[in-house]
Amino acid sequence: MKVVVNISLKDGVLDPQGRAVERSLASLGFAEASNVRIGKQITLDIDAEDAARAHQRAARMCEQILANTVIEDYEITVEDES
Amino acid sequence: MRASIIIFPGSNCDRDMKVAVERITGRRPDMIWHKDTTLDATDIVIIPGGFSFGDYLRCGALAARSPIMESVLDHASRGGAILGVCNGFQVLLETGLLPGVLVKNKGLKFVCRDTSLEVQETVESPFTNGLTTGTSLTIPVAHNEGNYFADPETLASLEDNGQIALRYSEGPAFGPANPNGSSQNIAGILSANGRIMGMMPHPERAADPNLGQSDGLTFLKSALEGVAAS
Repeated sequence: MKVVVNISLKDGVLDPQGRAVERSLASLGFAEASNVRIGKQITLDIDAEDAARAHQRAARMCEQILANTVIEDYEITVEDES
Repeated sequence: MRASIIIFPGSNCDRDMKVAVERITGRRPDMIWHKDTTLDATDIVIIPGGFSFGDYLRCGALAARSPIMESVLDHASRGGAILGVCNGFQVLLETGLLPGVLVKNKGLKFVCRDTSLEVQETVESPFTNGLTTGTSLTIPVAHNEGNYFADPETLASLEDNGQIALRYSEGPAFGPANPNGSSQNIAGILSANGRIMGMMPHPERAADPNLGQSDGLTFLKSALEGVAAS
């Protein structure tokens, strides 16, 4: 089953990369852009009998290694095989 | 005094640490490959600096889940002493042996230079016992992710329990005192029981008077003597 994990910095955690990109956007004339935050996306296949089980396993992976829950939140999407 | 130094793929300060430790203790430390699963009896485990696993995913994240770390956790649960330097500090945070996380430097640049550190008053600990509170040490940092972050409750409890061991401070080193935006100028912290220390500065790189600096040697000597006496 195709699983997509989106990892983002928690609110309140400073994102110096996001701020640097925000400044660059402003210098390119995109003054309307603010609150730029940079995260990462991990895609993987999980061998599981159903979507609920795949989701559950992905959540354990996030808790154990994929995310550092001190500073990061994660969001799991299980994509339908069909 | 038996020391064990853990080596991961990408560790690059392991041999400098070995030289410094051997200079102090007169005994060659055990060099332990990360795929090993057992640690021989040891007084201190040292996790050296470098770029373990290429800093993939997050600095220290993959190293923290290496086979040898089970034994390191056992050593910690028996009250064994552990020192993590730079990437080693990041590994200790990823294992959860120490609280918080090290995020990208505020200035977004890799910082490689001397820093002035002030020894703090701490909980009873072999790492600080031999050092007078307020002592200034000049020790270099070399990192891209050394900006210590923890939630306000964790920061307050570190402060209240005397777990902040080293702070960046004004001193002889050139440049702003805080090199990376670290919360409360934190350069090194202790576990609640004082037996585990993580620090961003590299004492092993300031451990040879012939190379112009020896404050790192002062720190390591005091730490290793503290561990031997405890």
